[in-house]
Amino acid sequence: MAADRRTHRSHVSYIDKSRNYYGAQGYSQPYQWAYNQDAPFAPLQKPLNECRIGLVTTSFFERTVDKKTVAGAGSKEPYAALCDDALGGLYNKDLFWDKDNTHTEDLDTYLPINRLREFAAEGRIGSLAERFYGVPTDYSHRRTSRRDSPQILEFVQEDELDAVILVPL
Amino acid sequence: MGSARDIVEECGVSRFLYTDFPLGNPAGKPGDIEMQSAITGMALDLLERAWKPRTTVQTPFVWDPETNDYWREHFMKVDESNQDALAAAGEQRRIAQATVRSEGLGRG
Repeated sequence: MAADRRTHRSHVSYIDKSRNYYGAQGYSQPYQWAYNQDAPFAPLQKPLNECRIGLVTTSFFERTVDKKTVAGAGSKEPYAALCDDALGGLYNKDLFWDKDNTHTEDLDTYLPINRLREFAAEGRIGSLAERFYGVPTDYSHRRTSRRDSPQILEFVQEDELDAVILVPL
Repeated sequence: MGSARDIVEECGVSRFLYTDFPLGNPAGKPGDIEMQSAITGMALDLLERAWKPRTTVQTPFVWDPETNDYWREHFMKVDESNQDALAAAGEQRRIAQATVRSEGLGRG
């Protein structure tokens, strides 16, 4: 087949793949993925080099970590934790990603704390927030939009951030 | 920042930096600090410069030109070779879930 021609799009459709995969496992009701006609938008309110930037991940701390030190990390609830405490890596083996072809041993491949700190040191951004946030990949849209999102917004406001980057696995 | 393009674009977000990699490393390849910086830098560019919602920018990186079709086809593959095994795995999972529910251990 010619390298520059294809009968199908090259990008993987995870919606199609997962529907077929779980269908083959006998699940008759396909997952209802989030679909929104409109998406929110707000331009930055000040120059990037004056902005405090935050990160949101879908990874969690390993259960061996003392749960009392991390708010809400014991169960799958949204949490806020110090970036310094994530530098040894986070737990995500329970999440849906390509374990055959890659790994998550390098934190900055899915939560670029070190890279953003370098950008802060260079003056490209004002700073990286001291805390990052975790959000569960919940099956329930209702829990995501009514419980998790408002909690993340509350963390963002407590930390007086100008922008957050969501990096789902 | 992400690699599941269809899921993110169907959901709809303000700005989306897409890297066409296997799921797991949306911010760059393991050990490749230069690539990670480039990808995170592009996310910052997008934050700064996008002026409309649903702005998707694709990074120029390729996972592996030799094996790109392999990981795409292999992930969550369903064909004649594994159909029976998948059906059996699904059945076992449903039984395990029903047991957890009947014992009141899970939240469903």
